Amino acid sequence: MIDVKALLDEMKASPFKVIDIVAPHTGVVEYVATEPGTCVFGARGTWREKPGTLLLNLERERNKKPVYAPLKGEIETAFKELDGTFVEAGTLLATIRHYLTKDEVIEAILKKTLYLFNAPEQAKYYFFPEVDTKIKASGPQSVKVHDGMELFIVSRMKREAPLVYSGPEGMIYAVYFKHNESIEAGTPLIGVCPEDQLSLIQDVVSRVQSEWEERD
Amino acid sequence: MDIEKRILSLTERLQYIKDIFGEKENVNVELLESKLADFNQRENGLSEEDQARQLAALEDLYVFLEKKLERELTAMDKVRIVRHPQRICLKDILENVYDNYTELGGEGEYNIDPSMLIARAYISRLVGGKVYNQPVMVIGQEKGHGEEFRNGGSVKPWGNAKALHYMKVAETENIPIHTYVFTPGSFPIEDYPGAAQQIAKNLYEMAGLTVPMIAVFSEGGSGGAEAVGLADVRLMLSHGYYSVISPEGAAAIEGRLRGGDRASAELIETCAQRLKMTADDNRAMGYIDRVIPEPALGARPEHYEFFKLLRSEVIGATDEVVLNVKGWRFFRAMTVQTRKKKKGANAEDIYVRWSLSAGARSRLAWRRYQRFRKMSLGAFIDRTPFNRKMERLMRETGWSIYSFFKYDFLRKHQKKISHVMEEIGSEIQVVKDRVAVPVRWVRETLALSSKQENIEETEKSLTELSCWDEDACDPGSGASYVSPQAREDYAVTCPNSATHGCKDLWAPDLFRDFGGVCSNCGHHFRMEYQWYMHNLFDYNSIFEFSRNVEAGNPLSYDGLDAKLEKAKAQTGLKSACITFEARIKHINVVCATLVGSFRGGTVGAAEGEKFVRACERARRKHYPLIAYVHGTAGIRIQEGVNGVIQMPRCTMAVRRYIEAGGLYIVVYDTNSYAGPLASFLGCSPYQFAIRSANIGFAGPGVIKETTGMDIPPNYHDAHLALSRGHIHGIWDRRELRANLHQALQTMGGRNLYYR
Repeated sequence: MIDVKALLDEMKASPFKVIDIVAPHTGVVEYVATEPGTCVFGARGTWREKPGTLLLNLERERNKKPVYAPLKGEIETAFKELDGTFVEAGTLLATIRHYLTKDEVIEAILKKTLYLFNAPEQAKYYFFPEVDTKIKASGPQSVKVHDGMELFIVSRMKREAPLVYSGPEGMIYAVYFKHNESIEAGTPLIGVCPEDQLSLIQDVVSRVQSEWEERD
Repeated sequence: MDIEKRILSLTERLQYIKDIFGEKENVNVELLESKLADFNQRENGLSEEDQARQLAALEDLYVFLEKKLERELTAMDKVRIVRHPQRICLKDILENVYDNYTELGGEGEYNIDPSMLIARAYISRLVGGKVYNQPVMVIGQEKGHGEEFRNGGSVKPWGNAKALHYMKVAETENIPIHTYVFTPGSFPIEDYPGAAQQIAKNLYEMAGLTVPMIAVFSEGGSGGAEAVGLADVRLMLSHGYYSVISPEGAAAIEGRLRGGDRASAELIETCAQRLKMTADDNRAMGYIDRVIPEPALGARPEHYEFFKLLRSEVIGATDEVVLNVKGWRFFRAMTVQTRKKKKGANAEDIYVRWSLSAGARSRLAWRRYQRFRKMSLGAFIDRTPFNRKMERLMRETGWSIYSFFKYDFLRKHQKKISHVMEEIGSEIQVVKDRVAVPVRWVRETLALSSKQENIEETEKSLTELSCWDEDACDPGSGASYVSPQAREDYAVTCPNSATHGCKDLWAPDLFRDFGGVCSNCGHHFRMEYQWYMHNLFDYNSIFEFSRNVEAGNPLSYDGLDAKLEKAKAQTGLKSACITFEARIKHINVVCATLVGSFRGGTVGAAEGEKFVRACERARRKHYPLIAYVHGTAGIRIQEGVNGVIQMPRCTMAVRRYIEAGGLYIVVYDTNSYAGPLASFLGCSPYQFAIRSANIGFAGPGVIKETTGMDIPPNYHDAHLALSRGHIHGIWDRRELRANLHQALQTMGGRNLYYR
C-alpha cells in the first residue's frame, strides 16, 4: 500500500533539487552571478529562444563562452575561489537550488509509486492499433494491461516487432513517450497502476495540486 | 432640436481638433473649448432666437479658427489627421467620386483580404448632350471607420496578390486603373506568397502594365504604398503623408530603442519633420505630380465639395495620361493643359476615350519608364567631371550601336549563312569521306598518326606542370584575399554546437581554409564582400564603373552627413553599392553588390542609380546581370522618399533588362530584408541564397512591434524561404563560383552574348 502522507512529507522536507553547474570544457572562469540566494531563470520564450540568466563565462583560446542557468531557482553556492583560474572540464563551478513545481512533484511521486515499464532497446515505440484508438478516445486509464499482453510495436531500422508487456496487472496511468520519437533504452514507456490503488494515486495528485506551494 | 444637432456637431469638431493637436497646448483650441463651454452654460437661459444667433457666431468663430489652425499644422499633426478614424477612406471615395461601383473579391468581412478593396467603377460624363459611361478599376487599401477586420489598411500578401490580379484584368479589358493609397505599411508576414515577394511581383508587373494608372496618396507607408502606387500620374491629398517609415519607427531607430521602449513625443515630432513626408515636400522633390487641396484640418466624409474636386482631378489626370500617348489629341491635349491652370474648371467638359490602341499602349509603358528613370537624380552626389560624363555617354551610345549590329542585325543573317554553310559542309564531308578511303587505309596500316599523337601527349604530361585537382587550374582560385578575421589567433564557437555537437573552430582555419564554413554542420559564418570579389570572379578581371556616384544627404537629415563620412572612411567605399564588370570562368558579367558593412547595406538614391546604370550597361552589352547581396537592411530611412522611389525605379530597370532577354540572377548572403527585397531583388526569376542566410520582409523586432506576434527564431531562415518559394535554391559558399557558372550556362534569355 502507498503511504501518501509519508511520500508527501518526504517531498516537503526537501522541496527542491540541486543542479550542479559544471565546466563544459577547460577554460578560465569568470563569475558573473555569485551571491547566494540570487534568483536565476532558465531559458524562456515560446521557443525557449531567450537564454537563462548568465551565471559565468568560460574563456578558452580567446573564445568567451557564456554559461546560463538551465532552470529557474536561486544560486546556492558559487565557488568564488575559482574566479580567474583555469579549470578542467567537469569541474563543479556552482550549484543552483531549483524549487520543485507541482508538476515536477506529481511526476516524481508517480515515478515512485507506479510500476514503470521500460524500453528494452533504443527504437521508436507505438501502441497496438486497438490500444491506440482506445487511448485516443478515452484516455490511458481506459486500458487494462496484464502480464504477457501484446502492447507495443517496436520499430527500428524499418523492421517492426511486437513487444509483450511484463509486470503487474493494472491500468495505464501515464504514457511517457511520443509517437515518431526515438526512445533510448531504459527510459520508461508507461506507468502502470494496480486497479485498487487508482483512487489512492488520484488522491495524491489532488493533494499535491491543492497543498504544494510553488516558489516564485 | 436643430440647435442640439448644431451643438453636437460643434462638440465633435472640437474633439477632432483636440485629437489632431494631441498633447500640445494651443491657445486657439483652448479658446474654442471655453467658448463652447460658455455657450453650453448660458444656453438654457436664452431665448431660441438668441441661441440661434449666438450659435451662428460661434460657428463662424470655429470656421475662422480652423483656418487659422490649418496654417499651424506640423508634419506630425498631418500624420494624426491621416490616422484619425474620421478621415475619408476608400469607401467614401467610391460612394462620392464614382457614379456606380461593384466590389470584387468579396465584400466587408467576407473578403480575400478586407484591407485591400477592389471595385469595378463607372464614371459617367455628359458631353455634348451625350452620356459616356467610362469603366475604371479602382484598387486601394481600405482602413474602414473603426472596422477591426480591415486591419487598419495593412495589407496581407494575398491582398496585394488580389490587387495584382485585378490590375491584369483591367489590362485585358483595356480600362484605366485608379489606385488609392491608404496604408500605414504592409503586414509583415512571410506566409505564402510572402509580403516582400508579393510587393516585388506587383512592382514588376505594374512596371509593364499598358493601361493608364493614376495613384492618389493619402497615407503612403513604404512598401505597402509601393504595392499599388507605381503610376503614370501620382496625386496626393494635401494633408496626407508619403514616407519610407512611420515617424515612430524612425524615432525608434534614431533613439536606438529596443525591447518595446517608446520614443519621446518630441523625438517623433522631429523625425516626422526631418523625413519630409508631407504633400508639399513630395511635390517639391518631384515624386508627386499634383497636390489636391483638402478642406481645413483634413477631409472628412461630409466634405462633398472635396469629393467633387477629387473626381475632377482623377478624371483630368486620366485624360492627361491618355492624351499624351494618343495619336488624335491636339486640341484636347491643349485644353487639358490650360484647364490644369484654371481654377474651378471642370474636367468633364471634354470627352476622351480611355481605351488605348496597341501603339499607344507601348508608348505608355515607355513613358512610365522614362518618368521614373528621371526621378531622384539630384538626390546623390556625382563628382564625375563633365568630360568624363560626355565620354560615358558616347561610350554607351557606341555599345548600343555595336550591340545592335553584332547581336540584332548581324546575328539574324549570320544564322542563315551559318545554316547554309553547315549544309554545304555536311555535303562536302560525305564526298571527302568517300575520296579519303584509300588514304585512310594507308595511314591506318602504317599507324603513324596515332603513335605520333600518343608520343606528344606523353611528352606534354611529363614536361608540363599538372593540375592535381580541377580547381587548381581554375583562373579564379588565385585567392589573394585573406579575411582579417583569420589574422587573429582565437577560437570560434559554431552557433549550432548545442544541437549538432560542433567543436570549437580555430579562426585562421575557419576564415581562410574553410571559407567561413563550419566543418561539422556546414554553418556559414559571415565573410567580407572582398572574399567574394576575389574568389568568385576570375583573377584580376574586375573593372568597377560608376565609381563616382556617391551617397549624399538629400533631405539634409540631421547627423546623416557625419554618419556617411564615417561609413565612407571605414569601408573606403562611396556608397553601399559597388557595380563592376567581371568574368566568371571567362564569361563576362555585370555585377551589382550591396555591401552590408556600409550603413547596413541600405539603399538610397546613389545605390539605386548605380543599380539602374548596371542594368542599362548589362542590357547594352548583352551581359548577364548578377545582384550579389552581401547584406541589406532595407531602404535608407534618412533619405525618405528619395530612398523608397528606388524600389519602382530599379524594378523598372530590371524589367527592361529581363524583357530585352537578359539573365538576372540574385544571390543573397547574410541578412537581406525589406525594401530592396520587396522590389528589384525579389522580382528576379532566379534567386539563390548562401546557406545560413536570413531573408525576409521585416525583422523579428518590427514584426513583434507592429503585429504583436511572436515569431520563431528561425522564421527568416533561407531553408524556410526556400520552402515558401521565395528563393529558388540554397548554395554552399564554397561552390558558389561553380554554381554560378552552371547557372550562367543553363539559364537566361535570348540576348546573352555567349549564346
